[in-house]
Amino acid sequence: MTLLPLSKPQGDDTATTMTETTDEPRRGGIGLPLRLDSVTRSFGSLKVLKGVTLDIPRGQFVAIVGRSGGGKTTILRLVAGLDLPTSGSVVIGGEVVCGLQPSVRLLFQDARLLPWQTVIGNVGVARGKDWKETARAALEDVGLAGRENDWPAVLSGGQRQRVALARALVSRPGVLLLDEPFGALDALTRLEMHKLTERLWQENRFTTILITHDVAEAVALADRVLVLREGHIALDIPIDLPRPRREHIDPKSAEIKARILKEV
Amino acid sequence: MRQGFLSRVGTSLAPWALPVLLVVAWEIACNAGIVSQRVLPAPSQVAAAFWAAIWDGTLFEHVGISAQRALQGLMIGGGAGFFLGVLCGVLRPAEVLIDSSLQMLRNVPHLAMIPLVIIWFGIDEEAKVFLVAIGVMFPMYLNTYHGIRTVDKGLIEMAKVYGLGPFALFRRVILPGAMSSVMVGLRYALGIMWLTLIVAETISASSGIGYMTMNAREFLQTDVVVLGILIYALLGKLADVLTRALERRLLSWHPAYQVKGRTA
Ligand SMILES: Nc1ncnc2c1ncn2[C@@H]1O[C@H](COP(=O)(O)OP(=O)(O)O)[C@@H](O)[C@H]1O
Ligand SMILES: [Mg+2]
Repeated sequence: MTLLPLSKPQGDDTATTMTETTDEPRRGGIGLPLRLDSVTRSFGSLKVLKGVTLDIPRGQFVAIVGRSGGGKTTILRLVAGLDLPTSGSVVIGGEVVCGLQPSVRLLFQDARLLPWQTVIGNVGVARGKDWKETARAALEDVGLAGRENDWPAVLSGGQRQRVALARALVSRPGVLLLDEPFGALDALTRLEMHKLTERLWQENRFTTILITHDVAEAVALADRVLVLREGHIALDIPIDLPRPRREHIDPKSAEIKARILKEV
Repeated sequence: MRQGFLSRVGTSLAPWALPVLLVVAWEIACNAGIVSQRVLPAPSQVAAAFWAAIWDGTLFEHVGISAQRALQGLMIGGGAGFFLGVLCGVLRPAEVLIDSSLQMLRNVPHLAMIPLVIIWFGIDEEAKVFLVAIGVMFPMYLNTYHGIRTVDKGLIEMAKVYGLGPFALFRRVILPGAMSSVMVGLRYALGIMWLTLIVAETISASSGIGYMTMNAREFLQTDVVVLGILIYALLGKLADVLTRALERRLLSWHPAYQVKGRTA
């Protein structure tokens, strides 16, 4: 497959900070640009989002941090089309979101695998054309080749999230949303999942929003970190550290982390 | 080794010790004249009655007709209960329309309807099938409905995000999620099925096991009466074994039903 014109899409914000332009062929589909236009969302009298405006160029990896209950999941649900804004609009690839988006895939904190489907049945849950081959390839991609016929119940937490990742990948999403997917994992597994996520993102170049309460995780993975506080974006900071990142090596990362923590 | 073998045989036989002892004591008591034959026949007499009924073919005839009534009633009533449960579980308008009426009807003990049923159907086949159907409908309805309403909302949401249409959603998420509850309903229904049939056949019938025992009662053939009771017990046990097998098959994904090995 030929290289896709990812670095300078016309009309988009070109301030992407993807530092690694690997020379291996990229197999993925194309990331979609994403825009939130003064989005608000209230539940009854509770104003969760009070006007969030945000422009994410295609292929960018954005992390959102913020206190629990701050509306992070709400943002993802709006982007996925699971929920509609009270006012304002969400625009993906030039189209206003008004329902579920086939180009958007969402990873939940609990992997949400169907317990009555085998691993491969879960990955190919939408049962598209040639779903078995596609699912098998995706499983191989996340390092779970050979586990196709296992029940989800026998997998570890990390493996379950790998299956969920494979499930998200099979449809070649333009936008991948990650809602604290690694929060429940132990530290080592989490590091493995970070590496895997970064590699898959680099290979497929989907636009990514990662929700996390772990500032170190945000700084390790994202091109850009947003702090959501009291319904607003309180901080929007680019992370232009070289990849792959080794947090203990780069003194700059500690400084960025401190800045973010101050705002949360 | 030897001791291990002996103790293994011992443990597998132990549960049978008490019943065997009881039967032996019963036989001795009858033969010694401690228990009158009019009260309770000896086990050997029951066995003789069993042989006789097999040889003249009456046993199969009665068992056949009873089983037919049971199955017809189960199909009709269980099917209706399952269908209504699915309908109310999936469609909100159907729930509003049907559920409260069914919940009210549920409080009428179906056996209380026997006089009415006799007026409606006489003592024909329909009367028994109708009673069984009414009896099994409610446990099937309640458990199907409950099973569907308690399917993990997160899984349904996931399925929608991953593009499953209504039919696939029902077939691959809602129905399997409700299945263990449906099976509980089926087990209840089977119990009610036999109970209803016993009562209905005892009160009014010209064939079937209930008729056989009531007929024997008129001639003080206590051996046949006891035989009838035992046959009911056997049929109940058989139905239970079959449901368990069905359960193991349908719920093979469930950790509680995985005997050994982890693959599908
Ligand atoms: N469907 C809903 N109905 C009512 N309140 C909701 C709903 N969804 C979220 N909320 C409220 O919105 C707030 C933000 O929730 P959420 O976006 O899940 O926060 P976060 O993911 O940052 O922890 C919480 O106070 C939550 O109770
Ligand atoms: Mg959340």
